[in-house]
Amino acid sequence: MATVSQFLFRRRGGASWHWTDIFTWVWLIGGLILMFGPAVWLALSSFKTPAALAEFPPTLLPYVTQQATVEGYDKPLSLYTVTMEDGSTRTLAEIRRIGLVAQMIDPAAPKDIIKVDISKREPVRTVEFATSNYIQPFLAFDFTRYLWNSVFVTTMATLITLLVNSMAAFALSKYKFRGQPLIMMIILATLMVPLGVIMVPLYSIVSALGLVNSLWGVILPTVATPTGVFLLRQYMLTIPDELIEAARMDKASEWQIYWRIVLPLAAPALAVLGIFSVVWRWNDFLWPLIVLSRKELYTLQVGLNIYSGELNVQWHYILAMTVVTMIPVVLVFIFLQRFITTGIAGTGLK
Amino acid sequence: MNAQTPSSAASRLTGALLAPVRYLAGIIDLPLRGLQKVTGLTGMASFFLLPNMAIFTIFVLLPLIMNVIYSMTGGTAIFLDSRTFVGAEQYSRLLDCGSYLDSGTCAEDRFWIATSNTAWFVLLQVPLLLVVALVTALVLNRELKARSFWRAVFFFPVLLSPVVVGLIWRWILQRQGLLNLMLFETVGAQPHTWLTDRFWAFAAAIGVSIWAHVGFYALILLAGLQAIPKDIYEAAEMDGTRPSRVFWRITLPLLMPNLLVVLVLALIRAVQVFDEVYVLTGGGPGTSTMYLIQYIFETGFASQLRNPGLAAAASILMGLVLVVLTLVQLGISRTNERKGQR
Repeated sequence: MATVSQFLFRRRGGASWHWTDIFTWVWLIGGLILMFGPAVWLALSSFKTPAALAEFPPTLLPYVTQQATVEGYDKPLSLYTVTMEDGSTRTLAEIRRIGLVAQMIDPAAPKDIIKVDISKREPVRTVEFATSNYIQPFLAFDFTRYLWNSVFVTTMATLITLLVNSMAAFALSKYKFRGQPLIMMIILATLMVPLGVIMVPLYSIVSALGLVNSLWGVILPTVATPTGVFLLRQYMLTIPDELIEAARMDKASEWQIYWRIVLPLAAPALAVLGIFSVVWRWNDFLWPLIVLSRKELYTLQVGLNIYSGELNVQWHYILAMTVVTMIPVVLVFIFLQRFITTGIAGTGLK
Repeated sequence: MNAQTPSSAASRLTGALLAPVRYLAGIIDLPLRGLQKVTGLTGMASFFLLPNMAIFTIFVLLPLIMNVIYSMTGGTAIFLDSRTFVGAEQYSRLLDCGSYLDSGTCAEDRFWIATSNTAWFVLLQVPLLLVVALVTALVLNRELKARSFWRAVFFFPVLLSPVVVGLIWRWILQRQGLLNLMLFETVGAQPHTWLTDRFWAFAAAIGVSIWAHVGFYALILLAGLQAIPKDIYEAAEMDGTRPSRVFWRITLPLLMPNLLVVLVLALIRAVQVFDEVYVLTGGGPGTSTMYLIQYIFETGFASQLRNPGLAAAASILMGLVLVVLTLVQLGISRTNERKGQR
């Protein structure tokens, strides 16, 4: 034993364990549980039936009580493993429960009713994933619509953001003209203008443009991000001007220079902004909540909030749809996380 | 930020998808060449700026200016032309208090409840958040195998939407939730409905917002820690300096610029706390987790209490706080840059 633990806990250079090493691992493992645990718990819960969700204490995995149809009874009956008086166990179906006594029958011989003390029985349960939680909302509710709305808003907003921001960044990094410092100053000053400060007049502008209850009313106010312009401009400044001069010699138009030379070279910065934009727009909540009041226009976030705020929350659907809402972000996290972390560490944007 | 070399199949697919875009860009080039003849080379800068600046002006600058006008008008109409000018009435209503420490004596008590809730939230959440982020950054800065994995672990919630964060925690804190299960299994405690308890709802708001954002700040602090030259630590080790002394005398002072930036960023965000808490508690129980943004949102848009002018005035007061914080932040990053150049 001693050698095993020695092997497991030995450290490079034969140094002994310091309390900070233990603390580090406690913090890391604790972080692992605390950061992933809640989301995993939600995902596991999303496969439970409504009956299993209402249980206390809840189980970790989605269990379903086995049921059997018995001759002479309309409804399927729940199966229990019963410990009989002689110590043997039998699988019986419950007809009804009166106080502490359950009336049960053997599914094979449904004639005789057996009275059993309820402490003597255990439900027969198997792990079963309630996939209907995922299928039903798409069939019975508008979740297909919400999903489509979210996808539409995210894609459109990201594409337009990339286009207009990169055009502006190109102008601000590769030309010298009057008013350029002023525009840069305005952009820097408004980097931090939060929605909360302008939402009342912004709503009046959007409604004056007839964009209330339109997905474009959600998209357009978000696309001219100063953050994006700033990020792309900083990157484009590093593209050598000689390239552009050479292209001009070859009679390339300014549009061609932007489209064929600068954009491809700025691809890494565009990728970072694109990823950020997807996450931002997918996660947007307050502004869509204000602009969209017609049910068929809700994005996933708004739809989830509305349904979870109902008096009788249908948690089994809400949980499943929360998982669906999480999927794109989890994918981004798994595959593109390193773009985002370098983006944040480098620029401090989020 | 380096681009990957994609596999040939993937690049062929994106090539096929981009083909119509390329074609369109080619067509656009013809009229744009004409435009360029008129404007000249530098004139094209305006063309490239136009779409972004137009959208920006309409949806950011214009609202910023209009907000001031809104805050000086009354009534429930949305459009400015049907609103009446009331001067500073909205502001005086917001600031009309018998005693600023007791929201019950204020004309607009909800505003003061929201303000004091927000103040308490900022005072408690920001220091806690910074301590947790700093410890996480210090832990991640040690010699770890698979550091990028552990960094990702703490970063994961940052990407989740506020609605998802709110729902995850509502699910854990509800009566049949995971927290009650764990308390039941360990100490046999009876289930408690945490989110209908004023104290625990407030604590949950703070805890959940820390959970959701700590990875972001830890990441910035980690970048700061990694920028500290290694030879300083080696020199300290040679001198046999105690680790605690190394932390207080080397790490903390050298990390101070980053800590200040993170502090101000966290303050700016904490003042605007809204979405995840709104989904978690709906501002309740009662008004115990109603913060400023929710107040502005409800005053501006909720049906019974609608008063856009009042909401605009409140948002300007909040905006002033944010402007001060932003200026502080710009000042700090200026000095940091100057120090960095030296």
